[in-house]
Amino acid sequence: MDKMNFLLAAPEIWVLCMACFILVFDLFLRPERKGIIHMLAMLTLIFAAIITLRADYTNSGEVMALAFNDAFIRDRMGDLLKLFSYLVLGFVFVYAKFYLRQFSMFRADFYTLALFALLGIMLLISANNLVMIYLGLELSALSSYALVAYDRDSNRGSEAAMKYFVLGSMASGMLLYGMSMIYGATGSLDLAAISAAAGEADDMRLILGFGLAFLVVGLAFKLGVVPFHMWIPDVYHGAPAGVTLFISSVPKMAAFAMAFRLLQTGLGDLHADWQQMLAVLALLSIVLGNLAAIAQSNIKRMLAYSTISHMGFILLGFLPGTAVGYSSAMYYVIVYSLMSAAAFGMVILLSTRGVEAEKLDDFRGLNQRNSWFAAVMAMIMFSMAGIPVFVGFFAKWLVIQAAIEAGLSWLAIVAVVFSVIGAFYYLRVIKLMYFDEPQTEAAIAAPVDFRAVLSLNGVLMLGLGIFSSSLIAICVRAFAA
Amino acid sequence: MEGNWPLLSLLIWLPIIGGCIVAALGSQRAAQSRLLALIVSGLTFVLSLDLFTAFKRDTAQMQFVENQPWIENFNINYFLGVDGFSVPLILLTTFFGVLVVLSAWESIRNRVNQYMAAFLIMEGLMVGVFSALDGFLFYVFFEAMLIPMFLVIGMWGGPRRVYATIKFFLYTFLGSVFMLIGLIYLYVQSGSWSIMDWHAYPLTLNVQTWLFLGFLAAFSVKIPMWPVHTWLPDAHVEAPTGGSVILAAIMLKIGGYGFIRFSLPITPDASMTLDWLIILLSLIAVVYIGFVALVQQDMKKLIAYSSISHMGFVTLGLFIAFAIFQHGPDTKGAALGIEGAMVQMVSHGFISGALFLCVGVLYDRMHSRMIHDYGGVANTMPWFAMFAVFFFMANAGLPGTSGFVGEFMVILAAFQANFWYAFLAAITLILGAAYSLWLVKRVIFGEVDNKEVAELQDINWREALILGVLAVAVLLVGLWPAPLVDLMHSSVAELLVHINQSKLPVAGAAAAGL
Repeated sequence: MDKMNFLLAAPEIWVLCMACFILVFDLFLRPERKGIIHMLAMLTLIFAAIITLRADYTNSGEVMALAFNDAFIRDRMGDLLKLFSYLVLGFVFVYAKFYLRQFSMFRADFYTLALFALLGIMLLISANNLVMIYLGLELSALSSYALVAYDRDSNRGSEAAMKYFVLGSMASGMLLYGMSMIYGATGSLDLAAISAAAGEADDMRLILGFGLAFLVVGLAFKLGVVPFHMWIPDVYHGAPAGVTLFISSVPKMAAFAMAFRLLQTGLGDLHADWQQMLAVLALLSIVLGNLAAIAQSNIKRMLAYSTISHMGFILLGFLPGTAVGYSSAMYYVIVYSLMSAAAFGMVILLSTRGVEAEKLDDFRGLNQRNSWFAAVMAMIMFSMAGIPVFVGFFAKWLVIQAAIEAGLSWLAIVAVVFSVIGAFYYLRVIKLMYFDEPQTEAAIAAPVDFRAVLSLNGVLMLGLGIFSSSLIAICVRAFAA
Repeated sequence: MEGNWPLLSLLIWLPIIGGCIVAALGSQRAAQSRLLALIVSGLTFVLSLDLFTAFKRDTAQMQFVENQPWIENFNINYFLGVDGFSVPLILLTTFFGVLVVLSAWESIRNRVNQYMAAFLIMEGLMVGVFSALDGFLFYVFFEAMLIPMFLVIGMWGGPRRVYATIKFFLYTFLGSVFMLIGLIYLYVQSGSWSIMDWHAYPLTLNVQTWLFLGFLAAFSVKIPMWPVHTWLPDAHVEAPTGGSVILAAIMLKIGGYGFIRFSLPITPDASMTLDWLIILLSLIAVVYIGFVALVQQDMKKLIAYSSISHMGFVTLGLFIAFAIFQHGPDTKGAALGIEGAMVQMVSHGFISGALFLCVGVLYDRMHSRMIHDYGGVANTMPWFAMFAVFFFMANAGLPGTSGFVGEFMVILAAFQANFWYAFLAAITLILGAAYSLWLVKRVIFGEVDNKEVAELQDINWREALILGVLAVAVLLVGLWPAPLVDLMHSSVAELLVHINQSKLPVAGAAAAGL
């Protein structure tokens, strides 16, 4: 039997080829024709989606298929996360194009780096082996470090990139250390084999436990949950908004996949151990993220702390260790990525040539300047706050239900109380937009594609909420055996 | 009529979609916005009358039922239906939907389209709250309703509007998330989101108590009960007239409705053990808040406190049933209490709405709500004075007005439980008369106080129409409450069966459940 199965990795191969092609093609392009790069990148995403959708392993009724000597896995969950990664990255490209043009930073590097990061994310999503996980993680992380320093003349950007790099490397080191312990205890790098060995290796319990702890630390760094969150506000703040947009959305889906593969597929037998760790991490993130966000006057930092609390909510979905629990966490991470992309899209919309609209005050009186985009931002904020009938509510509901099913009702109560506290800072944005007078009368200017995509992204907050059943059903089915 | 067409869906979505269209008109087209809003709300009201005519009085079954799957993976349905408790409140909602549009005709000048849109959307959502029979759907409407109200208070409110509206939002939100936990818990246990299923689901006393407290957190803030009432005076004072009217006439009723729909039938045993708590809080609200109302200098604040005090009657009427059951199995007194609470809700809707409209009329002319800025208004505004005096009398519980009927029924029921409950509740008749009439004396009667009052214009035909319609409604319910009570008779009987039945699981199942 052919154990390589190259065809299964067709989307990854396609993205790799296109990223390399764009890298080279750019050299032969006259500066005024650089717009082609954007089109090429969008085409890459569209075809990647088509290739992913035309996976033939599902035809035979299989729920998953393995390639490269079991190092690579295709399953419904992975395909779904990849599809949403393309979608959100498509949004990111449209927003970033406008941003980069305004800040005279429109170069092909952004697209190649983002596509390489996407490749890393796709590998991470499909990884079925510790080495593969590490490979995907590093590819996406290294591309992200470079992206953060994309504005090379900005001190803040370089500082953020440095911080991100140092902390990120440390997290990778932790992860590697944990992986080596797991390998030592189970004698395998393959997740399925680890799972089988971990169930039997009673005498290796201690070393497995230590390995697990280091893995969780590494994961927590990548997700950005308290107490491993310190890089998030600085990186979000320091990076150009077009890059923050990317970092805050797509990689989170990969982090979810990584957590699922490591904790459930690999170490599902240690559920009782990691459940406690995740419960503490979730609690701290929800508490600290929401409290710290209140004190921010910079919207990028506010959204950074709000991300921390959202990641805490996602961890709630892991607690019961059931298929429904994971599907709610996945639903949350998808919804979060869409919300976050839209929120940073709004920041970019309000940025004018050379000045980022990163202060909360820049949103003052937006309703009078442009009532449609004020409504879009209001929908995003209500969605993040978890007010029905916006989609963020459904995400919060599902993970809270998961926590209650895990028997952790007290944690659910703390989570909802802090989501009320969190509602305050989202409401403050709405207050600025609707109740205050504008500081400038300048009209909102943005290209048509930007407006259309941002409007679509905002309307999704409402549409995915009212018609939430289909996405929920897809997420639940992704984990059905 | 029933089953032919989705009347309830129409009543929910017509105003919501109409509101979206009005919002899309743009702030330049004020006249069109007003007209379209009036057409939509008028049409909704006319359609809702069908609920009244086609509603079958002799059954407690849910009527006009619509049931479609919504989120199948978690057994959530788009499940609508009405019984004798919801029909009067839906009618009240659609009725005030029209009045609010009319009352804002001239007084709202900026961003008219957004104002009208907010009220239309709110109207649809409130009808949704009263007709949802799926716990999840109920919560969605219950929470979504906060958004338009938040914007209305914040955008068109008074000087401290931001403080008031954020307080309003967070207070109610905090209360309702506890209910959400309770609802999710009920789903996890029972596997269903249907409120009807929950009514029949057995729960241990411990679980019931927690659920009861969760519901209490949500509904006591909404209604509001002492001591979680403090958002209400702020919200009322800062809200524009329309906002105050909807807040007082409809939103507070949602709290009472929630007790009827959730607390009483789902957790009857916990309600039985904790009824003293609710009765105590209600009596404190009735008496203490009555005194607080007496010293207010701001007319809107005075009416707000009077609302809290009157809503104390509603909670008292609902929970007095449990105190009566402790004396014996007689359900007549209990039925009287619950019906009294319902009548009180409807009547308070009319009266408080009318009072806020009266204050709005004065505020539009003088831009002041303070009592001491007025005096002798009757001299310059005789027609207005007639209506205002009538509504304040009704607020004080004058026999012949609707205010009397509900309070009287609740007090009668309270007598069957305990003389002192009834005695304390009856104090409100004195207090209510005191603060209402004292306000009338200071504002309406006496010599013309100052130059501004001397120049006041009497109400125009539009304002007279609004107040006149309300006056007729108050009189009608006061003199002939039978049609209203008939609506809810069967449903009250059904509710009493539910709350009289212990929901505790039988011994063997209880051991397994624990």
